[in-house]
Formats: sequence, structure tokens, C-alpha cells
Amino acid sequence: MIEVQHLTKRYGPVTAVDDVSFKVERGEILGFLGPNGAGKTTTMRILTGYMPPTDGKAVVGGYDVQEQPIEAKRRTGYLPETPPLYPDMTVRDYLDFCARIKGVPRAERLGRVKTAMERTRIADVAHRHCGKLSKGYKQRVGLAQALLHNPDVLILDEPTAGLDPKQIIETRQLIKQLGGDHTVILSTHILPEVSQTCGRVVIINRGRVVAIDSPENLTSRLRGSETMFLQIDAAGADPKDTLKAVAGVTQVRVAETRGPVTVLEVESSQGRDVRRDLSAAVVNRGWGLLELRPMRMSLEEIFLHLTTEDTAGAAAESREVPVE
Amino acid sequence: MSNVLAIAQKELKGYFASPIAYVVIGFFALMFGYFYWALLGFFVEQSARMMGLQGGPTQNVNEQMIRPVFMNASVLLLFTLPMVTMRTYSEEKRSGTIELLLTSPITDFQIIVGKFLGAMGLYAAMLAVTFIHMGVLWAFGTPEWKPLVTGYLGLLLMGGCFVSIGLLISSLTRNQIVAGFVTFAVFLMLWVINWVGPFMGPRVQAVLDYLSITTHLDDFTRGIVDTRHLVYYVSFIAFGLFLTARSVDTERWRG
Repeated sequence: MIEVQHLTKRYGPVTAVDDVSFKVERGEILGFLGPNGAGKTTTMRILTGYMPPTDGKAVVGGYDVQEQPIEAKRRTGYLPETPPLYPDMTVRDYLDFCARIKGVPRAERLGRVKTAMERTRIADVAHRHCGKLSKGYKQRVGLAQALLHNPDVLILDEPTAGLDPKQIIETRQLIKQLGGDHTVILSTHILPEVSQTCGRVVIINRGRVVAIDSPENLTSRLRGSETMFLQIDAAGADPKDTLKAVAGVTQVRVAETRGPVTVLEVESSQGRDVRRDLSAAVVNRGWGLLELRPMRMSLEEIFLHLTTEDTAGAAAESREVPVE
Repeated sequence: MSNVLAIAQKELKGYFASPIAYVVIGFFALMFGYFYWALLGFFVEQSARMMGLQGGPTQNVNEQMIRPVFMNASVLLLFTLPMVTMRTYSEEKRSGTIELLLTSPITDFQIIVGKFLGAMGLYAAMLAVTFIHMGVLWAFGTPEWKPLVTGYLGLLLMGGCFVSIGLLISSLTRNQIVAGFVTFAVFLMLWVINWVGPFMGPRVQAVLDYLSITTHLDDFTRGIVDTRHLVYYVSFIAFGLFLTARSVDTERWRG
């Protein structure tokens, strides 16, 4: 449904998007993840035909965005980072105008506007001026605008920004419903959003694609080594050496000592389950094994890992990239 | 065409939803009324004096009253039209609504023509208010209607030139004030460009006279529709809109 090939965008000397390629199948929800300034918005703007790429091409719904922009745009709904509202228009007038320029036939216009308002739960503000709405409503009016012409492809730039927690959940549910009928690309820097709504994730940093995979695969693939979390009542003894002697263990760190209880993190080489041996070693010494569990890398950690590690040369600099 | 109309209607509604339309129409009607009053008074006094003289020249309300009113009204455009066009593009750029327009299945040119027609709609409303002034003349005399029609046509075309430049300048900046002021400056320059003509040699003078936007209005107010002037105004408008299209396109590349 969406095909992006070697997309590059330069603003003068700055390369905002650098050789980005990916594919999105019909009905899929793709998450676009990256720190601020990574090139998410630029990529989306190219996909929607707002700006041309310096190099490469984007195909939406079978139409090249550059060659046949009108056909491609007819099949795309776009919610920009700031909802594009006219403050002096009422919500209904605004949506009616949007429906007109998106080519919705006159006979269907009223119905489409009504459906979009119902889906995004904004019917109660239909007669209010867009400029007077709260951030949450503005965002949802923007979303309604993107849905109006029932497009095959939805491109949503941070759809949940500025919403309260309840609205965030509702919007995520809406996006999930939309997947299936529509192909959705959404960008965000909120990580749980990705794992909750998206089937696949593209992690982008400094204009480059760092990883494309499902959230689950990313989590497991990136576990370079296994880490176990242990709490041991060693009655005053130091359990460190005992644990280090277990086959497969590469590193032992004492995280905390609370009286007789020692909290440790034990790293082992990948693919080797050391839990059995660890517990045996502890119990054989007559100590109490209070807790033993594997530590998983959260998506946050993976994200930090990916967006800092791949640019090893500029590691110091990129570590300062804020992740919000 | 329906896309163009959608944009034009949105623009026109936008003017009337904000104070702009009322301020501009109000100012224009007030100043037009003032000129009308002043010139009418002058004309009446002149006629009375002429009647005292036996065999004096006959007074013509079209030549001596309506024509100067039109020329004065054209000065008002200098101040009012920048206020109409200054926000057309800059406001859309500043608020981000330009993203909606440029990602909708319509062409840049449809947007531009729509915006042009919207601004022209407001301008036409401005001129329409002055029909009242002119109508009053029929209650007391018998002016000719044809020079009046061509005069309005001339004003409309001249305003069209201003609007097309205004659109262009608005598309170059996201700051309304800058757009408004630069538009005013350019209008003024086009106004006075031939003042230096007389001492620049006959060839340069001819060119400057041709470029000056006001020299072309003169014949219209006299009741003459000369194709030279029509061609000038229409090609001026088309060129302005074309440059606006180029400007919007470059803006896309720059992002």
C-alpha cells in the first residue's frame, strides 16, 4: 500500500532523511519512532506530497506521490503535527470545507462529516469555533479531517499529543479499529504507544532507519545478553564469587545490600539458561533464594540502545539526544 | 472549478468572520463618501458660477465630478488592498493550515485562483457599497451610465493587479505585517514609477508610463475601453498569479 524507496531529503547542507526505505502492507499499522528531529515529520510530509524528496520515491496506494500527486493525495488522510484548523470557522464548517477540497461528492458530504465527527467524538463541539477548542478537541478535529474522505492510507503525525490519558486510550482504540480497513502510519516518541497499537515499528534516528520489526521481535532480538535479577539471604557472606563460579555466568554486580539480603544482577552469555544452576548454587550453600527473575529490556532501553549505539563515532553527541 | 470555488468561498467567509472585511469596507466607504461629498460640493459651486455667466461652457457631471472621484478612489486601494491580501498566504503558513491545502487533492493553481477570487469578492463588495453614492446622482441629474460602468471595470482590473501582487508577497513570508507593508510599498512604487519620466528621456518615459498602474486607469474613467489597457491589466494579473505559483512551489522544496 505504501512503498518508500531510498528516500532522501536535504535542506541545504542538512540531511533530514537519509536513504530511507520501507514497505507497508494493506491494513497494517506502522509505528514511526524516533527522537525529536530524527526525520519523522519530513518523511511523512514527503509521503503526503507536501514536499518533494531530494532523491528516491514514495508510492502510496499504487500512485507515485511525485508523478501523480492528485491521485495519491485522494487516497491519503493526513494529520500534521499541529492540527491544521482555521480558528474563525466552526467545526462543522471546517469539516465541510475539508470534505469539499478532498473531493467528497456533494450528496455524501453531510453524511461523511457526521460519521467523522462521531468516530472522533467531537459531535458536541460541532458549532463551536475551532480556535476556541481545547488542545484535545483540536487534535481530534484534525483527526476527523484526515478520516473524512475515507482514505486508504492514514498518516498521523503524533496523533495523541496534547490529549489527556482517557482521550489517549480512546484515540489509540480508534487507530486500532482503523487498521484493517486503512493502512496507518503513525509517528510518536511515546514508546508504549507503539507496543500497544502498532504491528510493526520503524525506528529512525538522524534520518536513517535503525531498525524495522515488530515490537516483540525488537525486544527479544536486542537482548544481547541475558540478565538475571537475584535477591539472596546469604547471612552475611559475600555471594559474589559463588555465583561467578556458575558455568555460563559472565558478570556479577552487587546492586544493593540490605542487612543480610544482597541484591545482585547476574549477566550470562546469550541463549544459555543459567537459572537452574544459579538456584542450585545458592541453595547448596544453605542460603535463602528470595527472588530470581530474568530482566527484560524495555522498549525504552532498546530505543536508547539503538539510537545511541549505531552512531558509535558520534556516540558522545548522540547520547545527548533527548528522548521524550 | 468546484475546488476553486470551495477555496474562494472559504476565503470570503474568512474575511467576514474576522474584523478585516468590516474595517476595510468601512474605511473605504467613509473615504469614498468624503471624496464624493467634497467633489460634489465643488461641482455644484462651479455650476452655479457658470450659470451666472451667459454662454459659459456646459457642465458635465461625468467629466467634472465622477471621473475625479474614481481617480481618488483608486488612491484608497493603495491602503486598503494590502490589508486584504496580507494574510492570504502568511496566515496559512504561520498556523500550519497550508499543510491541509497542499496535501489535499487540489492543484496549487486552484488554490491560488481561489484565493484571488476570494479577495476580489471582498473588493467587489467594497466597490458595491459605492453604488449608493453614484445612484444618488440620478435623483438630481442625468449622468451618463456608460462611463460609470467602464470606470468601475477599470477600478476592478486595477484592484486585480494589486491583489495578484499582494498574493505573491504574502506567499513569500509568514509574517502578516511584513507582507502588508511590503505590499503597500510595492503598490506605491508602481503608482509613482513614471514621476521621474519627464527627465529620463522620451524612450524611458514611454516605458515608465506603460508600467505605471495609474496611467491605464485614466481612459476607463473617461468611458473608453482600450484593448491596450485591458491587455496590460489582464497580463499583469496573470503574471502575478504565475509568480505566486512559482513561489509556492519553491516553498515546497525549501520545506
